[in-house]
This record gives sequence, C-alpha cells and structure tokens, in this order.
Amino acid sequence: MLRFVARRLWGGGLTLAALVTLTFFIMRLAPGGPFSRNRKVSPEVLENIKRAFHLDEPIWQQYARWVWGLLHLDLGPSTRFRDYSVGDLIASGLPYSLTIGFWAIVVAGLVGVALGIAGALRRNGATDYAAGIVGVIGIAIPIFVLGPLAQVLFALKLNWLPVGGIAAGWRSLILPILILALPNIAYISRLTRSSMIEVMRENYVRTARAKGIGPRRVLTGHILTGALLPVIAYLGPATAAIITGSILIETVFAVPGVGRHFVDAALNRDYPLVMGITILYGGLVILFNIATDLLRGWIDPRVRSHG
Amino acid sequence: MADIATPPRHLSTFQLQLRRFAGNHLAMASVVVLALIVALCFLGPHAFPFTGEDADFDYISAPIDFTSPHLFGTDDFGRDLLVRVMEGGQVSLTIGFLGALTAGVIGVVYGAVAGYLGGRADRLMMAGVEVLYGFPYVILVILLGLLFGGGTVALFAAIVFTLWLTPAVIVRAQAQSLARREFVEAARAGGMTRAQILLEHIVPNCISVVIVYGSLLVPEVILSESFLSFLGIGIKEPQASWGNLIQAGTSAMDTDLRLLLLPGGLLAAVLFCLNFIADGLRDAFDPNER
Repeated sequence: MLRFVARRLWGGGLTLAALVTLTFFIMRLAPGGPFSRNRKVSPEVLENIKRAFHLDEPIWQQYARWVWGLLHLDLGPSTRFRDYSVGDLIASGLPYSLTIGFWAIVVAGLVGVALGIAGALRRNGATDYAAGIVGVIGIAIPIFVLGPLAQVLFALKLNWLPVGGIAAGWRSLILPILILALPNIAYISRLTRSSMIEVMRENYVRTARAKGIGPRRVLTGHILTGALLPVIAYLGPATAAIITGSILIETVFAVPGVGRHFVDAALNRDYPLVMGITILYGGLVILFNIATDLLRGWIDPRVRSHG
Repeated sequence: MADIATPPRHLSTFQLQLRRFAGNHLAMASVVVLALIVALCFLGPHAFPFTGEDADFDYISAPIDFTSPHLFGTDDFGRDLLVRVMEGGQVSLTIGFLGALTAGVIGVVYGAVAGYLGGRADRLMMAGVEVLYGFPYVILVILLGLLFGGGTVALFAAIVFTLWLTPAVIVRAQAQSLARREFVEAARAGGMTRAQILLEHIVPNCISVVIVYGSLLVPEVILSESFLSFLGIGIKEPQASWGNLIQAGTSAMDTDLRLLLLPGGLLAAVLFCLNFIADGLRDAFDPNER
C-alpha cells in the first residue's frame, strides 16, 4: 500500500511539473502580451512597466524566477489588477467557487446514486424512465444553454431566485449549484444503474439471498458495496468536470469566482494570474485523482496490485 | 428480429452489427434527424439571397415573421438569424466531425504502435499520454486556443490536441492483446515487416472499438467548440458558430428568447442525436457492454 501511495504521488508531482512548464511556455509563445491592449504609452514607459514585471528578462530567467516564487508560495503580482497579487485574487474568488463546486458534487452524488438505485431496482418502471430522461437532458443540453433558460424561467418569469451575482447570499447560489450538478447527476445515475444491474447478477449476491438474508441487507451490505466502486472511481473525473462547468457557470451567473478570473486572465494575457489558477486547478484535479485511486485501492485490493 | 436470431450464412460480423444497429429505432431516428440538420445547415443558406454577415437596415431586431424575407427575424445588426444559425452550424458540425476523425486517427496510430511494439517504447509513449491525461482538459484547450491565436484552425488544433488521448489508450489495450494472438505470430513467421503487420492486422482489428468510441468523440468536440466560442476564446464575430450565437442570445434573453432558443435548440438536438447514435453503436458493436 505504501509503495502504491508513493508511486501515485510521484506521478502526480510529475504531471503537475509538466503542466506548470507547459502552461508557462504556451502563455509566452501565444501572440499578444499583457500590455498590448492598453492605450498608447511611450516606449520608455512600456519599458519601465515591463521591467517592473521582469518581462524584459530572457524567458528561461522568467521561468526560473516564477518557479522560485512558487516554491515560496508567492504567485507574483497580477499584471491587470493593479495592487492585487495573484494570491489575493484567488483568495477572493475561491470561496464562491469552492461553495458552488462542493455542493454541486454533493447534490450530484446523492441524487445521481438515488436515481441509479431506483432505476436498477425497478427496471423500466416510472422512476427508471424519469431518471433516463433526466440523464439524457443532463448529458445532451450544455449548461451554457440550460443556465440562461433557468435564469429566464426561475428569475425573470417566476421571480423566485435572483438572476445572478452574489448579492442575495445563498439564494443566488441555488441555480448555479443545481445547473452545475445536472450533467453529473446524469452521469452518476447512469453509472450507478448499469453497475448495480451487473452486480445483482453476481454469484455472491445470489449466495447472500440463498442464505436467507433480507432484501434490504443484501442491498446495503452486498450489492451497494460492489456497485458503488465505479461511482467512487468517477470522483476524480467529476472534479475535472465540475471545474470545467464552474468556468461556464460563473460566466453565465456572473459569480466572481476563480473560473471567471481564469477566462478574463487568459483573454487579457495576465500571465501570473493564468499560471496561478492553472496551478490551483491542476493541483486539485491531480490531488482528487490520487485520492480516488487511494480510496479505490483501499476498498478494492484488485486495484492495488494492478495500478 | 427473427432474421437476426438465425443469420444467413453469408453475413459477415460487420454486416450483422449494421443490422443490429438498424434494428434500433431510436438510433435510426437520430440518424435521420441528424442528416436533416446537416442538410439544412449546408444547403439552407443557398435558398436565401443574403449571407449571415449581410446587415439589413430595414429589419433591425425583427421578430419571427414567416411572410418577411427573414423567417426567424434578425439580430440587432439586422443580420438574418436563421442564416446565421445555419452558417454557424456548418462551422460547428465540420469541426465536430473532422475533429473527431483526426483525433481518432492520431489516437489509433499512436495506440496501435505503442501497443504492438510494447517494451520500452510503449512505456515511454504511454508515460507521455499519462502526463497529458492528468491535465485539466479545459485549461489545456483554453491555453492552446490562445497559443494558436483564435479562429477556426486554431480551435480545431486545440481540440484535437486534447482529445486524441482516450482513443490512444483504448486502442493500445486492444493492440496489446492482438499482438500476442496466433495470426499475428503467423504473419511475422510469414515474413511480414512490423509496419505491414501494424497496417494490415493490428489497425483493422481495432476499428470496431474505435467506431464505438469515436461516435462519442463527435458530441464532445462539438461541445468543446461551442463552449470555447461561448467564452469568447473560440470562433469570433462576425463569423458565426453555435457557441457565439448562444452567447449573443444570452445577452438578449430578457427581451427576446428566440436568439437563444434557435441556436441552443439546434445544438441540443444534434447532441441528443449523437448520443443516441453512440448508444446504438455501442449496443450493436459491443453487446457485452450493456
């Protein structure tokens, strides 16, 4: 087990290092710079600004400076928002992004697993069909179409919830959380349903039934323990999906989270901010992938020997 | 259904799989709807005397009116909505199918070579894939979109670059098991070179796996394209794509929902169809999966 953990951590570190390096050089090679959109300033002033941000140094020196800063947990100043460091900006957006992302995963997990179980227990029943429809909608209608439609219906027409922003506190986060959860509800319920159906055919489940164990105990003690393994394995990819979705959701609902910062920073060539958020996202995805692997390895010994 | 249970002798596996697919009503209906949408997008604009970039100043923000020249009205520049949506569809669909095809081909070749060669070459090639796999996909697409400077080709490259990984992994597993099979052994004993074996034995035997997976790749590519264009990183005005049309629609949704519903509805319809077709293909080619 210890070797398994060490190997996963080493692989994750390698991926993160590659991600950081690649991002750094892609950003620098991309056409346009952080100050190319500003109003005209004299060349001397531009030189001064560039010097202040160390953009006049050779690229490998900038890279070394950046990595050195990272090792000291210093992500540098933002080139766009004066007087703010990248750390400040991430710290200001992260609470919103984390709140939305966390509750979206919780809602998706609970609702998705419940729908999947209900569908598998009564195949082709009413719940199964309803879950199927939710699944198809969640997978096929992109959240940047669903989000605006929900805004029109629940905010503009029915006036139940705010359209966007964060002024109304937790009530303004309800729609973003639900819309972000929907594709994952769809995915998790499909996954749960098909793996439940598979496990219910297994010999050990038949044995448990034959021993005279009640249907409820067979469900919780035998079927679910086996059937939820693929769902747990989805936890890592789900994190990535939630991050992808939160970028869109924060744009649609005007939430000042990290995702919105990332898009703005990329469009404005705010190098340090893009790098900072890439590290954050990359780190999160890699961490959750490792955590998922460990969790699976802990529950299912087959994973340990293979991975 | 009866003829599937007792197949005539001369049917090949592939023909059987096609038959099984044709028996799936939902998937067949999706094929028809998808074909209609493709035909609409590519042929439709020719029926109108103007293009999606022509502004008509007599009809600015015109509503839906089937008696006027602009059937579904115009946007606030006086550009015909229906024609713009059809032209945007051409971009989205072309990127979707070509992107999936390109990513699929790259993935097949890479995976087949890695899986067949095995040993150190395989380990090195797959280590590269593993590193790329750990990347958050959106970040990579957004950054690559920036690197290539926006526009259709840039977007295409960015999407292909991020989506070839999964087919590569799937094909590699398939190629690895194929490489140990007797007929490959026989081909090697018969004096075929490595390249010949790869092209004539390994790759053709991976195709059915790739068809199933590739059909899932198409909606993924279309979604990525519209996602990036929606954020303003992909295809930019005045060129239309479903993503940037939806974006324009959301900013006017409180007064006029039609600008959002037409492109959004078509995009959703295409994604519905592609998902049903993918399900149908999986059932037909890989019945054990269910």
